[in-house]
Amino acid sequence: MGAVMGTFSSLQTKQRRPSKDIAWWYYQYQRDKIEDELEMTMVCHRPEGLEQLEAQTNFTKRELQVLYRGFKNECPSGVVNEDTFKQIYAQFFPHGDASMYAHYLFNAFDTTQTGSVKFEDFVTALSILLRGTVHEKLRWTFNLYDINKDGYINKEEMMDIVKAIYDMMGKYTYPVLKEDTPRQHVDVFFQKMDKNKDGIVTLDEFLESCQEDDNIMRSLQLFQNVM
Amino acid sequence: MAAGLATWLPFARAAAVGWLPLAQQPLPPAPGVKASRGDEVLVVNVSGRRFETWKNTLDRYPDTLLGSSEKEFFYDADSGEYFFDRDPDMFRHVLNFYRTGRLHCPRQECIQAFDEELAFYGLVPELVGDCCLEEYRDRKKENAERLAEDEEAEQTGDGPALPAGSSLRQRLWRAFENPHTSTAALVFYYVTGFFIAVSVIANVVETIPCRSSARRSSREQPCGERFPQAFFCMDTACVLIFTGEYLLRLFAAPSRCRFLRSVMSLIDVVAILPYYIGLLVPKNDDVSGAFVTLRVFRVFRIFKFSRHSQGLRILGYTLKSCASELGFLLFSLTMAIIIFATVMFYAEKGTNKTNFTSIPAAFWYTIVTMTTLGYGDMVPSTIAGKIFGSICSLSGVLVIALPVPVIVSNFSRIYHQNQRADKRRAQQKVRLARIRLAKSGTTNAFLQYKQNGGLEDSGSGEEQAVCVRNRSAFEQQHHHLLHCLEKTTCYEFTDELTFSEALGAVSLGGRTSRSTSVSSQPTGPGSLLSSCCPRRAKRRAIRLANSTASVSRGSMQELDMLAGLHRSPAPQSRSSLNAKPHDSLDLNCDSRDFVAAIISIPTPPANTPDESQPSSPGGGGRASSTLRNSSLGTPCLFPETVKISSL
Repeated sequence: MGAVMGTFSSLQTKQRRPSKDIAWWYYQYQRDKIEDELEMTMVCHRPEGLEQLEAQTNFTKRELQVLYRGFKNECPSGVVNEDTFKQIYAQFFPHGDASMYAHYLFNAFDTTQTGSVKFEDFVTALSILLRGTVHEKLRWTFNLYDINKDGYINKEEMMDIVKAIYDMMGKYTYPVLKEDTPRQHVDVFFQKMDKNKDGIVTLDEFLESCQEDDNIMRSLQLFQNVM
Repeated sequence: MAAGLATWLPFARAAAVGWLPLAQQPLPPAPGVKASRGDEVLVVNVSGRRFETWKNTLDRYPDTLLGSSEKEFFYDADSGEYFFDRDPDMFRHVLNFYRTGRLHCPRQECIQAFDEELAFYGLVPELVGDCCLEEYRDRKKENAERLAEDEEAEQTGDGPALPAGSSLRQRLWRAFENPHTSTAALVFYYVTGFFIAVSVIANVVETIPCRSSARRSSREQPCGERFPQAFFCMDTACVLIFTGEYLLRLFAAPSRCRFLRSVMSLIDVVAILPYYIGLLVPKNDDVSGAFVTLRVFRVFRIFKFSRHSQGLRILGYTLKSCASELGFLLFSLTMAIIIFATVMFYAEKGTNKTNFTSIPAAFWYTIVTMTTLGYGDMVPSTIAGKIFGSICSLSGVLVIALPVPVIVSNFSRIYHQNQRADKRRAQQKVRLARIRLAKSGTTNAFLQYKQNGGLEDSGSGEEQAVCVRNRSAFEQQHHHLLHCLEKTTCYEFTDELTFSEALGAVSLGGRTSRSTSVSSQPTGPGSLLSSCCPRRAKRRAIRLANSTASVSRGSMQELDMLAGLHRSPAPQSRSSLNAKPHDSLDLNCDSRDFVAAIISIPTPPANTPDESQPSSPGGGGRASSTLRNSSLGTPCLFPETVKISSL
């Protein structure tokens, strides 16, 4: 008798209606959780006006427009967080692991250390790197290398940066990557940059050494006409 | 390429400024990008409906019709727009894909029409977004099944034609699996079915009491004991047929181990084994008890019908997949039974001559009451017992009636869900493979570009133009970026193959010394193996060997290796590329190198068995090295010879 009742009622229930069992409740709970999280991040940020940005940076209005359209498409909320940053950068370097270098880059872009990069920060940094003076570019690079932002670059910070760069090369390189190559690279770098051999590189030493090196000076002009 | 990657390129290139102080070699110059026209609005006219979009939007996916130069074929210079004579409603979805990166499937359109539009615009169906993917696949499958059914109905039972040279074994197996393919198979199918039925009926009739007319004995004998010879003959005949069938299936099965483990073969074995055991066991009184028990197993012959009935198989499968629900029902019933049996036992304990002698004895009462059978062989007599007895019967209704609809609805839900989960898992693998392929596509694009000599500073103008012809501005700049990274770190990007070769070379050690010793004798074509570009020529030849061999290997590697195979017929510029940093070569050397490469191809296989051991990523080992030797044949040589003629 129970079986007959059972089959009769089951014939009425459509197949696709979810039955309210434990799985359904769990799913609802998860969805609510996600919605809460989404609400927190749905804070929409609008950048300053176009004229202001044009005055502050070295880009033209059209260039700013193109940049903003791309930015807004990828990040509708108006800010980039570190994960998106890493994702985007990783797409350019599919061979290796670009996450560490992207992390340092993010910290360099995020001048106010808020954990997210707004469009203004983004455009300001781009303006320096692509259209700025040599001095500005070098200063920005120094800031990138100075991981703890104390005004000095020591060997450990340089090791981290160099290792991050070598990580981007990935596994399949020619010739085969040796264990102490980053260290050698750092030693060469310090030999060149550290004028008074005290083990740290200050901003002035850095600027001076870079300006003495023709290669570096020439390559700083490389990315000038991007956009 | 992901949506909007081109818009982030300036950022990536700006970030490269951070490498500059570390670069130990001079960085290459930036590609001379002609002044971009800036972003402009394109008008796409699809059968009269105008769609306007930024050019950048369409450029996001350069491997589709609208993103590549293919759309220029549809450009109408008079009106300044791109005209497509296609369905405008479908085009909306295609254009939205460019805008949002997700391809949605229209719900009210025919899925085949949608597919055709996708094919026209160069979009792969895998791009359909997650939200619409399941429905898309379901509808496509429905469509395909419907078409397949129509085709089958048309063909009137013609099975797939076997290749002409199929062996007896294959024909036999096909006859067993698809009885409707040939008349003999059909006859056999029905004959076995008939004998299964006969055997089952004989088992049943054996036990019916037959009234003997001759003897007026008080005890009636079952027919089996009255006509033992007849039943024995029938049993023997059936078992002979079943044994023959089983042995034939075993012979014809393509995979005997798998066949032995399958359920149907187990049923067959269980059906015929009792007979043989009965033959072997002598007619002892001690053992005949066990022998009689064995006869019970003859009833399993009825399960042999499941080969003949699709419904039985589906039922078996659904029971198997619903096992957890059934287990839950059983468990809850057991709990209830134990509880009530205990209660009834203690309630009836005081009574004289009670049936409830122990708790297990009370189990029987509880089961009969809960399932509302009520045989009446055990009845409580105390008042407490009656009260608890009625509670027991009421709760029995609830306990049994409640899980049953859940189980029944779970049947269908779990059944469909299982199918969907398997589908999704299979799709996931395909999607991951596609993503990996796309990733390796960008890698290989750069390596290909390197090979084509794109990195030469002062190559001959034509060559460079030819190489560069198909690359967009984005690609140029992306490759320049990667090249800068190479120069910063003084390492080059390579593919997996070369890397593993290099690893092997490093581990074996003696390679370079051997090649340099040969190069000291520059005369004779045979020894020119290593004269000009010692390591390169050998590496190239070995790579050819590896790449041809690895095509025959597994699937995931194939994606990378196939790209490698495409690359291999271009050793000419590779030698020039690698020669430039090391030593300067002229064209004479190249041609000699070529000849050397041709001649040298047969010789390296002597080396590969050694080198392949540490270098093959999949651990090919001896077996695959012989494969390499054998496969290192004409397909490898032809590209080389073609190249020579073009010289």
